[in-house]
Amino acid sequence: MLQAAAAPIVALEQVRKTYNEGLPNAEEVLHGIDLVVQGGEFTALIGPSGSGKSTLLNILGLLEHASGGVFRLGGRDVTSLDDDARTRARHTMLGFIFQFHHLLPAFNSIENVMLPALIGGRLGGSGNEGETARARAAGLLDAVGLQDAHGKKPQELSGGMQQRVAVARSLVLAPQLVLADEPTGNLDTHSSDSIFALLRQFNREQGTAFLIVTHDPRLAARCDRIIELVDGRIAGDRPNQPQAAD
Amino acid sequence: MGALGFEWTVALRFLREGRMQTALIIGGATVGVAVIFFITAVLVGVQSDLIRRVTGSQPHIILKPPEETVSPLIAATPGAPRVASVQARPQRLTTIDGWPVLARQTEATPGVVAIAAVASGSALAIKGDATRSIALLGTDLERYMRVVRLDDKLAQGVLRLEPGDALVGIELARDLGAALGDRFRVQSADGTSQVFLIRGILDLGTRELNRRYVYVDLRAAQSILGIPGRITNIDVAVGDIMRADHIAARLRAQSGQFIETWIQTNQQVFAAITNQNIMTLLIRVFVTIVVALGIASVLVVSVVQKRKEIGILRAIGATRAQMLRVFLLQGAIVGVAGALLGSGLGLLLVSIFSRILRSASGTPLFTLTFDAGLIVIVVVVSAVLGLIAAVLPARNAAHLDPAQAIRG
Repeated sequence: MLQAAAAPIVALEQVRKTYNEGLPNAEEVLHGIDLVVQGGEFTALIGPSGSGKSTLLNILGLLEHASGGVFRLGGRDVTSLDDDARTRARHTMLGFIFQFHHLLPAFNSIENVMLPALIGGRLGGSGNEGETARARAAGLLDAVGLQDAHGKKPQELSGGMQQRVAVARSLVLAPQLVLADEPTGNLDTHSSDSIFALLRQFNREQGTAFLIVTHDPRLAARCDRIIELVDGRIAGDRPNQPQAAD
Repeated sequence: MGALGFEWTVALRFLREGRMQTALIIGGATVGVAVIFFITAVLVGVQSDLIRRVTGSQPHIILKPPEETVSPLIAATPGAPRVASVQARPQRLTTIDGWPVLARQTEATPGVVAIAAVASGSALAIKGDATRSIALLGTDLERYMRVVRLDDKLAQGVLRLEPGDALVGIELARDLGAALGDRFRVQSADGTSQVFLIRGILDLGTRELNRRYVYVDLRAAQSILGIPGRITNIDVAVGDIMRADHIAARLRAQSGQFIETWIQTNQQVFAAITNQNIMTLLIRVFVTIVVALGIASVLVVSVVQKRKEIGILRAIGATRAQMLRVFLLQGAIVGVAGALLGSGLGLLLVSIFSRILRSASGTPLFTLTFDAGLIVIVVVVSAVLGLIAAVLPARNAAHLDPAQAIRG
């Protein structure tokens, strides 16, 4: 346990990814990535289109298998876990924010935020845990500024508001790491700034680590660390002094 | 949200979200179930009417003593020439040996619902100048009526057979010029005779029976026919008359008696009923397949439409098994909803058409019977059918690659 607690959240060693492996049209998109992410880090992942950012994020999110190398999540080797074990690890340790907010239209805001808890069977009707999950979801929605939108369906919310719900959802099970794929890519500057500020706030208050894929140099400049991916290789990895006051 | 668990919650929400699709597929299942319900009710009604008319005054199965045969004294040896003339002998009135034991054994046979011991033979009915040849049947009326329904065949009088009472066919009464309460004499070939009072006049459905049948109590028939204490046949009623042959085969094996079933005496009717059953079974099977395909196709479309949502659910921690169950449940829910609505619609159709459709005799062709057991069966079968129909789409949902689904 001590060892696990001390271990970095993410440790990649020589991780490779080849699509269509073994076929004539095989294509290696990640060539030996070494990467360590510590708890509480607020990191930007930048790079041109096609550099492999999304693939790397999917591997980190246990949505795709690496073709080679070793991936440790929270100190545990997850490289060759089966689908169920990967799903459980994803569920307990990771949060996701996608570019196109991706809420379920059949559920209102608070239900969308509670979904991860429902999946884990933590809403056992009137039980304590059910209440806890609902209270936590409500608290998160308040924290992202949606006090008045608990009962609203995604269709009734603006893009920025939907993304706030998605942020709340990614945090409801208190994950150690949130993976965000261009979380503001679809939003205007104002909404984009406030979402980013929210992520920063949760990072500072709760110590949640964030890995944020972004195209926007302005946003990257507000992170503590910037990793640049070019042609499937890490071309730069430097600490950064945030300039804007979040 | 939450009290139902993840799978139920999401399945119900997905169905509710798919409004039109869900309404259409539940509608399809409803119509299918109603059709099956209706066809079954009509078939049962029509067949029981037909069977009632055909087998009305006959037992389903009759046990008789084996016919007497003649065996040549010299057995045939292969290759050896043989000259023999074998003459069939005339049949005497034969009786069943040890019938009380056989009767009990027959009654205990699975599938048999009632039996009656009968002493029957031919005799003459005499009233004044009129003499008619009759079939005399002696039996315990109470038992006999459990084998053959006589109550709906009574034209006049009462169904009662005290010693000295007789029930006669309506044509015979006319031929003898006898009315209810009149007396007439029954005489056997060897001259034994007894006088009976006509208690009831029966319309047995066919001219032949109406002209010849006379029912008296067992003891009287035995003494007239010269077989005191013995009987000539055991009449049997079975629960499922379409299985009369199977039950007869069993009786034949265990009793060694000659067995005759209503099926042998009514080959054509039996064939017609069998064909009808096969046809309706085919219709039911095809309707079932159509409903299952309908459910499956709507769910397949639904999985495609919900690709992204399935991807999200997988990304935020839903397992493959959970996604599988979400879609299996949708199939089952649609099946159960269709079964309940379809049973209701089927009952409504039956109640409407039972007033419109009538048989030749003017009675309703079928009657509305509310069979809760049948509805339970329909609901369970439909739920299972929905589940099976959902297997393919559910597997698609479970094996969706979440990374691709979210990207797409």
